[in-house]
Amino acid sequence: MVGMATAESFVLAIGTKKGLWLATSKDRQQWSFTGPHFLMSEIPSIGIDTREGRTRIMVGVRSEHWGPTVAHSDDLGATWSEPEQGAVRFPEDTGAALERIWQIYPDAEARPGVVWAGAEPISVWKSTDGGEHFELNRGLWDHPHRSEWGAGYGGAAAHSIVVHPAGDTVHVAMSTGGVYRSLDGGTSWEPRNRGISAYFMPDPNPEFGQCVHKIAADAAVDGRLYAQNHHGVYRTDDNADSWDSIAEGLPADFGFVMLTHPRREGTAWVIPLKADGERIPPDGELAVHRTDDAGSTWQRLSNGLPTGEYNSVLRDAACVDTAEPAGVYFGTRGGSVYASADEGGTFQEVVSHLPDVLCVRAAVIAGA
Amino acid sequence: MREIRVVLPSVLQPLAGGQSVLTAPADGPVTVGKLLDAVTSDFAVLARRLRDETGALRRFVNVYVGGDEVRRLQGLETEVAPGQEVLVIQSVAGG
Repeated sequence: MVGMATAESFVLAIGTKKGLWLATSKDRQQWSFTGPHFLMSEIPSIGIDTREGRTRIMVGVRSEHWGPTVAHSDDLGATWSEPEQGAVRFPEDTGAALERIWQIYPDAEARPGVVWAGAEPISVWKSTDGGEHFELNRGLWDHPHRSEWGAGYGGAAAHSIVVHPAGDTVHVAMSTGGVYRSLDGGTSWEPRNRGISAYFMPDPNPEFGQCVHKIAADAAVDGRLYAQNHHGVYRTDDNADSWDSIAEGLPADFGFVMLTHPRREGTAWVIPLKADGERIPPDGELAVHRTDDAGSTWQRLSNGLPTGEYNSVLRDAACVDTAEPAGVYFGTRGGSVYASADEGGTFQEVVSHLPDVLCVRAAVIAGA
Repeated sequence: MREIRVVLPSVLQPLAGGQSVLTAPADGPVTVGKLLDAVTSDFAVLARRLRDETGALRRFVNVYVGGDEVRRLQGLETEVAPGQEVLVIQSVAGG
Protein backbone atom coordinates (compact mmCIF):
# COMPACT_ATOMS: atom_id res chain seq x y z
CA MET A 1 0.00 0.00 0.00
CA VAL A 2 1.42 3.36 -0.95
CA GLY A 3 0.23 6.79 0.11
CA MET A 4 -3.40 6.92 1.30
CA ALA A 5 -2.48 8.36 4.68
CA THR A 6 -6.03 8.16 5.99
CA ALA A 7 -6.34 4.42 5.41
CA GLU A 8 -3.01 3.17 6.66
CA SER A 9 -1.07 2.98 9.85
CA PHE A 10 2.40 1.83 10.74
CA VAL A 11 3.95 -0.80 12.92
CA LEU A 12 7.50 -0.58 14.21
CA ALA A 13 9.17 -3.60 15.78
CA ILE A 14 12.34 -3.18 17.81
CA GLY A 15 14.36 -6.23 18.76
CA THR A 16 16.86 -5.70 21.54
CA LYS A 17 19.32 -7.62 23.65
CA LYS A 18 16.62 -8.06 26.31
CA GLY A 19 13.32 -8.25 24.53
CA LEU A 20 11.03 -6.91 21.84
CA TRP A 21 9.13 -3.65 21.75
CA LEU A 22 6.30 -2.93 19.32
CA ALA A 23 4.91 0.43 18.37
CA THR A 24 2.08 1.59 16.17
CA SER A 25 1.43 4.99 14.67
CA LYS A 26 -0.95 6.66 12.28
CA ASP A 27 1.46 9.39 11.23
CA ARG A 28 5.00 8.09 11.96
CA GLN A 29 5.32 10.91 14.50
CA GLN A 30 3.38 9.72 17.53
CA TRP A 31 4.05 6.11 18.48
CA SER A 32 2.20 3.92 20.94
CA PHE A 33 4.41 1.23 22.48
CA THR A 34 3.92 -2.22 23.96
CA GLY A 35 6.65 -4.32 25.53
CA PRO A 36 8.90 -5.74 26.49
CA HIS A 37 7.77 -8.95 24.88
CA PHE A 38 10.10 -11.93 25.50
CA LEU A 39 11.80 -10.09 28.36
CA MET A 40 15.39 -11.25 28.86
CA SER A 41 15.61 -12.94 25.48
CA GLU A 42 17.43 -11.25 22.65
CA ILE A 43 15.53 -10.58 19.41
CA PRO A 44 18.12 -10.52 16.62
CA SER A 45 15.67 -10.89 13.73
CA ILE A 46 12.19 -9.73 12.83
CA GLY A 47 10.06 -10.19 9.74
CA ILE A 48 6.77 -8.38 9.23
CA ASP A 49 4.62 -10.14 6.64
CA THR A 50 1.71 -8.03 5.39
CA ARG A 51 0.66 -10.37 2.60
CA GLU A 52 -2.59 -12.32 2.50
CA GLY A 53 -4.58 -9.62 4.27
CA ARG A 54 -2.97 -10.02 7.67
CA THR A 55 -0.05 -8.61 9.60
CA ARG A 56 2.16 -11.42 10.88
CA ILE A 57 5.15 -10.46 12.99
CA MET A 58 7.78 -13.20 13.12
CA VAL A 59 10.68 -12.95 15.53
CA GLY A 60 13.86 -14.84 16.09
CA VAL A 61 14.13 -15.23 19.85
CA ARG A 62 17.22 -16.37 21.69
CA SER A 63 17.61 -16.94 25.38
CA GLU A 64 21.09 -17.39 26.76
CA HIS A 65 19.69 -20.16 28.90
CA TRP A 66 16.93 -21.74 26.88
CA GLY A 67 18.22 -21.40 23.34
CA PRO A 68 16.79 -20.06 20.10
CA THR A 69 13.31 -20.29 18.65
CA VAL A 70 10.99 -18.54 16.21
CA ALA A 71 7.64 -17.15 17.31
CA HIS A 72 4.92 -15.31 15.45
CA SER A 73 1.97 -13.09 16.24
CA ASP A 74 -1.00 -12.23 14.06
CA ASP A 75 -2.43 -9.68 16.51
CA LEU A 76 0.40 -7.17 16.87
CA GLY A 77 1.93 -8.93 19.82
CA ALA A 78 -1.15 -9.54 21.95
CA THR A 79 -0.49 -13.28 21.66
CA TRP A 80 2.46 -15.31 20.34
CA SER A 81 2.72 -18.81 18.95
CA GLU A 82 5.61 -21.14 18.35
CA PRO A 83 5.40 -24.56 16.77
CA GLU A 84 5.82 -27.39 19.28
CA GLN A 85 8.81 -28.87 17.50
CA GLY A 86 10.34 -25.53 16.57
CA ALA A 87 10.11 -23.61 13.31
CA VAL A 88 13.79 -24.02 12.49
CA ARG A 89 15.29 -27.35 13.41
CA PHE A 90 18.39 -28.88 11.90
CA PRO A 91 17.80 -32.36 10.43
CA GLU A 92 19.40 -35.12 12.45
CA ASP A 93 21.88 -36.10 9.74
CA THR A 94 23.54 -32.67 9.85
CA GLY A 95 24.60 -33.11 13.46
CA ALA A 96 24.10 -29.36 13.82
CA ALA A 97 22.09 -27.32 16.27
CA LEU A 98 20.52 -23.93 15.69
CA GLU A 99 22.34 -21.12 17.47
CA ARG A 100 20.54 -17.99 16.34
CA ILE A 101 18.15 -16.72 13.67
CA TRP A 102 19.81 -13.75 11.99
CA GLN A 103 17.29 -12.97 9.28
CA ILE A 104 13.59 -13.44 8.59
CA TYR A 105 12.66 -12.38 5.08
CA PRO A 106 9.11 -12.57 3.74
CA ASP A 107 9.26 -13.28 0.01
CA ALA A 108 7.48 -11.28 -2.69
CA GLU A 109 3.77 -10.61 -2.98
CA ALA A 110 3.60 -13.15 -5.81
CA ARG A 111 4.81 -15.93 -3.51
CA PRO A 112 2.45 -15.76 -0.52
CA GLY A 113 3.40 -17.93 2.40
CA VAL A 114 7.05 -18.10 1.41
CA VAL A 115 9.41 -16.82 4.07
CA TRP A 116 13.18 -17.20 4.13
CA ALA A 117 15.42 -17.33 7.16
CA GLY A 118 19.16 -16.97 7.61
CA ALA A 119 20.79 -18.56 10.59
CA GLU A 120 23.85 -19.45 12.58
CA PRO A 121 25.53 -21.81 11.91
CA ILE A 122 25.66 -20.52 8.32
CA SER A 123 22.45 -21.76 6.78
CA VAL A 124 19.47 -20.64 4.75
CA TRP A 125 15.96 -21.87 5.35
CA LYS A 126 12.68 -21.61 3.48
CA SER A 127 9.13 -21.79 4.74
CA THR A 128 6.06 -22.19 2.59
CA ASP A 129 3.56 -21.90 5.43
CA GLY A 130 4.05 -18.33 6.50
CA GLY A 131 7.07 -18.90 8.71
CA GLU A 132 5.71 -21.65 10.92
CA HIS A 133 8.02 -24.39 9.63
CA PHE A 134 11.25 -23.95 7.69
CA GLU A 135 13.22 -26.40 5.60
CA LEU A 136 17.01 -26.33 5.44
CA ASN A 137 18.46 -25.27 2.07
CA ARG A 138 20.62 -28.27 1.30
CA GLY A 139 22.41 -26.67 -1.62
CA LEU A 140 24.09 -24.13 0.61
CA TRP A 141 24.44 -26.45 3.59
CA ASP A 142 26.32 -29.01 1.49
CA HIS A 143 28.38 -26.41 -0.37
CA PRO A 144 32.03 -27.48 -0.76
CA HIS A 145 33.20 -24.11 0.52
CA ARG A 146 31.54 -24.62 3.91
CA SER A 147 34.66 -25.78 5.73
CA GLU A 148 36.43 -22.58 4.68
CA TRP A 149 33.75 -20.15 5.79
CA GLY A 150 34.64 -18.39 9.00
CA ALA A 151 33.04 -16.71 11.93
CA GLY A 152 32.97 -13.00 12.54
CA TYR A 153 32.85 -11.70 16.08
CA GLY A 154 29.09 -12.09 16.17
CA GLY A 155 29.17 -15.66 14.93
CA ALA A 156 29.13 -17.46 11.59
CA ALA A 157 25.81 -16.71 9.97
CA ALA A 158 23.86 -16.13 6.81
CA HIS A 159 22.56 -12.67 7.62
CA SER A 160 21.20 -11.27 4.35
CA ILE A 161 18.81 -12.87 1.91
CA VAL A 162 17.67 -11.04 -1.21
CA VAL A 163 15.18 -12.80 -3.43
CA HIS A 164 14.24 -11.53 -6.89
CA PRO A 165 10.53 -10.69 -6.68
CA ALA A 166 9.68 -12.47 -9.92
CA GLY A 167 12.56 -14.74 -10.92
CA ASP A 168 14.59 -17.53 -9.39
CA THR A 169 17.62 -15.50 -8.38
CA VAL A 170 18.54 -15.49 -4.70
CA HIS A 171 21.50 -13.69 -3.17
CA VAL A 172 22.76 -14.61 0.26
CA ALA A 173 25.41 -12.79 2.26
CA MET A 174 27.31 -14.45 5.05
CA SER A 175 29.96 -13.44 7.51
CA THR A 176 32.46 -14.53 6.75
CA GLY A 177 32.19 -16.03 3.32
CA GLY A 178 30.84 -13.22 1.22
CA VAL A 179 28.02 -13.12 -1.29
CA TYR A 180 26.66 -16.29 -2.86
CA ARG A 181 24.16 -16.37 -5.71
CA SER A 182 21.66 -18.94 -6.83
CA LEU A 183 19.99 -18.69 -10.22
CA ASP A 184 17.72 -21.65 -9.64
CA GLY A 185 15.75 -20.66 -6.57
CA GLY A 186 18.33 -21.95 -4.13
CA THR A 187 19.26 -25.34 -5.51
CA SER A 188 22.85 -24.44 -6.39
CA TRP A 189 25.08 -21.59 -5.20
CA GLU A 190 28.17 -19.82 -6.53
CA PRO A 191 30.32 -17.19 -4.79
CA ARG A 192 29.96 -13.73 -6.34
CA ASN A 193 32.54 -11.39 -4.80
CA ARG A 194 34.71 -10.17 -7.67
CA GLY A 195 35.82 -6.64 -6.91
CA ILE A 196 35.17 -6.83 -3.17
CA SER A 197 38.31 -6.57 -1.09
CA ALA A 198 39.08 -8.83 1.83
CA TYR A 199 42.03 -6.85 3.18
CA PHE A 200 42.25 -9.08 6.25
CA MET A 201 43.15 -12.18 4.19
CA PRO A 202 46.52 -13.13 2.68
CA ASP A 203 44.99 -12.80 -0.80
CA PRO A 204 42.94 -9.62 -0.56
CA ASN A 205 40.88 -10.56 -3.60
CA PRO A 206 39.73 -14.11 -2.97
CA GLU A 207 36.86 -15.86 -4.71
CA PHE A 208 35.09 -15.99 -1.35
CA GLY A 209 35.81 -15.24 2.27
CA GLN A 210 34.84 -11.60 2.24
CA CYS A 211 33.23 -10.15 5.34
CA VAL A 212 30.12 -8.66 3.83
CA HIS A 213 27.96 -6.92 6.42
CA LYS A 214 24.74 -6.31 4.51
CA ILE A 215 23.39 -6.40 0.96
CA ALA A 216 20.23 -4.91 -0.51
CA ALA A 217 18.70 -4.84 -3.97
CA ASP A 218 17.70 -1.83 -6.02
CA ALA A 219 13.96 -2.29 -6.42
CA ALA A 220 13.85 -0.57 -9.82
CA VAL A 221 16.93 -1.92 -11.61
CA ASP A 222 17.24 -5.63 -12.27
CA GLY A 223 20.65 -7.00 -11.36
CA ARG A 224 21.68 -4.01 -9.25
CA LEU A 225 22.57 -4.59 -5.63
CA TYR A 226 24.47 -2.65 -3.00
CA ALA A 227 26.80 -4.02 -0.32
CA GLN A 228 28.22 -2.63 2.89
CA ASN A 229 31.34 -4.60 3.68
CA HIS A 230 33.81 -4.80 6.51
CA HIS A 231 35.45 -1.77 4.97
CA GLY A 232 34.11 -1.03 1.54
CA VAL A 233 30.79 0.05 0.05
CA TYR A 234 29.99 -1.50 -3.32
CA ARG A 235 27.45 -1.71 -6.12
CA THR A 236 26.89 -4.32 -8.76
CA ASP A 237 24.94 -3.77 -11.97
CA ASP A 238 25.40 -7.29 -13.32
CA ASN A 239 23.64 -9.39 -10.71
CA ALA A 240 26.79 -9.63 -8.57
CA ASP A 241 29.14 -10.91 -11.27
CA SER A 242 31.31 -7.91 -10.39
CA TRP A 243 31.28 -5.18 -7.78
CA ASP A 244 32.58 -1.60 -7.90
CA SER A 245 33.34 0.72 -5.02
CA ILE A 246 30.86 3.51 -4.34
CA ALA A 247 32.51 4.60 -1.09
CA GLU A 248 33.84 7.88 -2.45
CA GLY A 249 32.05 10.75 -0.79
CA LEU A 250 31.34 8.88 2.42
CA PRO A 251 33.20 9.86 5.61
CA ALA A 252 34.07 6.21 6.21
CA ASP A 253 33.69 2.99 4.30
CA PHE A 254 33.02 0.89 7.40
CA GLY A 255 29.56 0.19 8.75
CA PHE A 256 26.94 -2.48 8.99
CA VAL A 257 23.80 -1.05 7.42
CA MET A 258 22.66 -1.09 3.80
CA LEU A 259 19.12 -0.03 2.92
CA THR A 260 17.46 0.55 -0.44
CA HIS A 261 14.34 2.41 -1.44
CA PRO A 262 11.25 0.22 -1.80
CA ARG A 263 10.58 1.54 -5.32
CA ARG A 264 12.90 4.28 -6.53
CA GLU A 265 15.97 3.64 -8.64
CA GLY A 266 19.36 4.53 -7.24
CA THR A 267 18.37 5.41 -3.67
CA ALA A 268 20.20 3.74 -0.79
CA TRP A 269 21.17 4.57 2.78
CA VAL A 270 24.22 3.68 4.87
CA ILE A 271 25.27 4.61 8.39
CA PRO A 272 29.07 4.93 8.36
CA LEU A 273 31.24 4.08 11.33
CA LYS A 274 34.73 5.47 11.54
CA ALA A 275 36.71 2.26 11.14
CA ASP A 276 37.07 -1.36 12.04
CA GLY A 277 39.20 -0.35 15.01
CA GLU A 278 37.01 2.58 16.02
CA ARG A 279 33.44 1.51 15.62
CA ILE A 280 31.81 4.82 16.39
CA PRO A 281 30.15 7.40 14.16
CA PRO A 282 32.90 9.55 12.59
CA ASP A 283 33.93 12.21 15.16
CA GLY A 284 31.10 10.96 17.38
CA GLU A 285 28.57 12.61 15.07
CA LEU A 286 25.82 10.20 14.15
CA ALA A 287 24.58 10.58 10.59
CA VAL A 288 22.83 8.63 7.89
CA HIS A 289 24.09 9.02 4.34
CA ARG A 290 21.81 8.68 1.34
CA THR A 291 22.55 8.39 -2.33
CA ASP A 292 19.95 9.10 -4.98
CA ASP A 293 22.24 8.29 -7.89
CA ALA A 294 23.29 4.73 -7.10
CA GLY A 295 26.36 5.76 -5.13
CA SER A 296 27.90 8.44 -7.33
CA THR A 297 27.24 11.03 -4.64
CA TRP A 298 26.16 10.91 -1.00
CA GLN A 299 24.19 13.33 1.12
CA ARG A 300 24.80 13.54 4.88
CA LEU A 301 21.52 13.44 6.87
CA SER A 302 21.56 14.33 10.53
CA ASN A 303 18.56 16.53 11.20
CA GLY A 304 17.14 15.39 14.51
CA LEU A 305 20.07 13.13 15.37
CA PRO A 306 22.13 13.74 18.51
CA THR A 307 25.65 15.06 18.65
CA GLY A 308 28.21 13.19 20.69
CA GLU A 309 26.92 9.71 19.92
CA TYR A 310 29.40 6.89 20.42
CA ASN A 311 27.18 3.89 19.90
CA SER A 312 27.21 1.86 16.71
CA VAL A 313 24.28 0.74 14.60
CA LEU A 314 24.16 -2.97 13.85
CA ARG A 315 23.42 -4.54 10.47
CA ASP A 316 19.75 -5.26 11.02
CA ALA A 317 19.05 -2.37 13.36
CA ALA A 318 17.83 -0.31 10.42
CA CYS A 319 15.05 -0.58 7.88
CA VAL A 320 12.75 1.26 5.53
CA ASP A 321 8.99 1.04 5.19
CA THR A 322 7.04 1.02 1.93
CA ALA A 323 5.09 4.24 2.35
CA GLU A 324 5.40 7.33 0.15
CA PRO A 325 7.64 9.01 1.07
CA ALA A 326 9.52 6.05 2.49
CA GLY A 327 10.21 5.93 6.20
CA VAL A 328 13.72 5.25 7.47
CA TYR A 329 14.30 3.78 10.92
CA PHE A 330 17.34 2.76 12.93
CA GLY A 331 18.39 1.97 16.46
CA THR A 332 21.69 2.18 18.31
CA ARG A 333 23.48 -0.04 20.75
CA GLY A 334 22.69 2.70 23.24
CA GLY A 335 19.00 1.88 22.99
CA SER A 336 17.74 4.85 21.02
CA VAL A 337 15.54 4.42 17.96
CA TYR A 338 15.15 7.15 15.37
CA ALA A 339 12.47 7.40 12.71
CA SER A 340 12.19 9.56 9.63
CA ALA A 341 8.96 9.94 7.67
CA ASP A 342 10.72 11.78 4.86
CA GLU A 343 13.41 9.39 3.64
CA GLY A 344 15.97 10.61 6.14
CA GLY A 345 15.46 14.35 5.74
CA THR A 346 14.44 14.70 9.38
CA PHE A 347 14.73 12.17 12.19
CA GLN A 348 12.87 11.97 15.45
CA GLU A 349 13.93 9.89 18.45
CA VAL A 350 10.92 7.69 19.08
CA VAL A 351 12.28 5.82 22.10
CA SER A 352 15.43 5.91 24.18
CA HIS A 353 17.19 3.90 26.88
CA LEU A 354 16.18 0.49 25.58
CA PRO A 355 18.72 -2.35 25.72
CA ASP A 356 21.09 -2.63 22.73
CA VAL A 357 19.00 -2.50 19.56
CA LEU A 358 19.68 -5.55 17.40
CA CYS A 359 16.92 -5.38 14.81
CA VAL A 360 14.37 -2.84 13.60
CA ARG A 361 11.57 -3.51 11.14
CA ALA A 362 8.66 -1.31 10.09
CA ALA A 363 5.67 -1.85 7.85
CA VAL A 364 2.60 -0.15 6.55
CA ILE A 365 -0.47 -1.95 7.77
CA ALA A 366 -4.08 -1.58 6.72
CA GLY A 367 -6.67 0.09 8.88
CA ALA A 368 -6.72 2.69 11.59
CA MET B 1 6.46 -48.83 40.63
CA ARG B 2 8.59 -46.12 42.17
CA GLU B 3 9.22 -42.82 40.47
CA ILE B 4 11.86 -40.18 39.87
CA ARG B 5 11.04 -36.53 40.40
CA VAL B 6 12.35 -33.75 38.18
CA VAL B 7 12.06 -30.30 39.75
CA LEU B 8 11.73 -27.39 37.35
CA PRO B 9 12.65 -23.74 37.91
CA SER B 10 9.67 -21.42 38.05
CA VAL B 11 10.47 -19.84 34.68
CA LEU B 12 9.95 -23.18 32.92
CA GLN B 13 6.83 -24.27 34.76
CA PRO B 14 4.38 -22.63 32.30
CA LEU B 15 5.84 -24.95 29.63
CA ALA B 16 4.95 -27.97 31.81
CA GLY B 17 1.30 -27.09 32.28
CA GLY B 18 2.14 -25.12 35.40
CA GLN B 19 3.72 -28.07 37.19
CA SER B 20 6.80 -27.54 39.31
CA VAL B 21 7.63 -31.24 39.46
CA LEU B 22 7.44 -33.81 36.71
CA THR B 23 7.65 -37.50 37.54
CA ALA B 24 8.59 -40.59 35.64
CA PRO B 25 7.94 -44.13 36.86
CA ALA B 26 11.08 -46.22 37.20
CA ASP B 27 11.69 -49.73 38.46
CA GLY B 28 15.43 -49.35 38.18
CA PRO B 29 18.12 -46.79 37.38
CA VAL B 30 17.62 -44.68 34.24
CA THR B 31 19.93 -42.23 32.59
CA VAL B 32 19.32 -38.49 32.84
CA GLY B 33 18.86 -38.44 29.06
CA LYS B 34 16.12 -41.08 29.17
CA LEU B 35 14.57 -39.38 32.19
CA LEU B 36 14.36 -36.06 30.36
CA ASP B 37 12.90 -37.85 27.33
CA ALA B 38 10.21 -39.33 29.56
CA VAL B 39 9.19 -36.27 31.51
CA THR B 40 9.15 -33.95 28.49
CA SER B 41 7.36 -36.34 26.13
CA ASP B 42 4.16 -34.32 26.48
CA PHE B 43 5.93 -30.96 26.58
CA ALA B 44 7.87 -30.48 23.34
CA VAL B 45 8.64 -26.81 23.88
CA LEU B 46 10.01 -27.56 27.34
CA ALA B 47 12.20 -30.26 25.80
CA ARG B 48 13.63 -27.73 23.34
CA ARG B 49 14.41 -25.28 26.12
CA LEU B 50 16.53 -27.88 27.92
CA ARG B 51 18.30 -29.55 24.99
CA ASP B 52 19.09 -28.65 21.39
CA GLU B 53 18.10 -30.76 18.39
CA THR B 54 21.22 -32.92 18.72
CA GLY B 55 20.07 -33.88 22.20
CA ALA B 56 22.82 -31.93 23.95
CA LEU B 57 22.02 -30.12 27.15
CA ARG B 58 22.01 -26.37 26.51
CA ARG B 59 25.14 -24.68 27.76
CA PHE B 60 23.58 -22.75 30.62
CA VAL B 61 21.10 -25.39 31.72
CA ASN B 62 22.36 -27.31 34.74
CA VAL B 63 20.94 -30.62 35.88
CA TYR B 64 21.78 -31.84 39.37
CA VAL B 65 21.66 -35.43 40.57
CA GLY B 66 22.38 -36.02 44.23
CA GLY B 67 23.78 -32.52 44.54
CA ASP B 68 26.22 -32.86 41.64
CA GLU B 69 25.88 -31.23 38.25
CA VAL B 70 25.71 -33.96 35.65
CA ARG B 71 28.55 -32.49 33.58
CA ARG B 72 30.82 -33.49 36.48
CA LEU B 73 29.37 -36.98 36.44
CA GLN B 74 28.59 -38.83 33.22
CA GLY B 75 26.56 -36.10 31.57
CA LEU B 76 23.26 -37.28 30.16
CA GLU B 77 24.45 -40.86 30.72
CA THR B 78 24.46 -40.28 34.48
CA GLU B 79 22.19 -42.80 36.13
CA VAL B 80 19.41 -41.83 38.50
CA ALA B 81 17.86 -44.30 40.90
CA PRO B 82 14.16 -44.57 41.69
CA GLY B 83 13.31 -42.27 44.59
CA GLN B 84 15.99 -39.77 43.69
CA GLU B 85 15.22 -36.18 42.82
CA VAL B 86 16.70 -34.35 39.85
CA LEU B 87 16.96 -30.57 39.86
CA VAL B 88 16.93 -28.42 36.70
CA ILE B 89 18.44 -25.01 37.44
CA GLN B 90 19.53 -22.29 35.06
CA SER B 91 23.14 -21.30 35.59
CA VAL B 92 24.18 -17.84 36.71
CA ALA B 93 24.98 -16.28 33.37
CA GLY B 94 24.28 -13.22 31.30
CA GLY B 95 24.39 -9.52 31.93
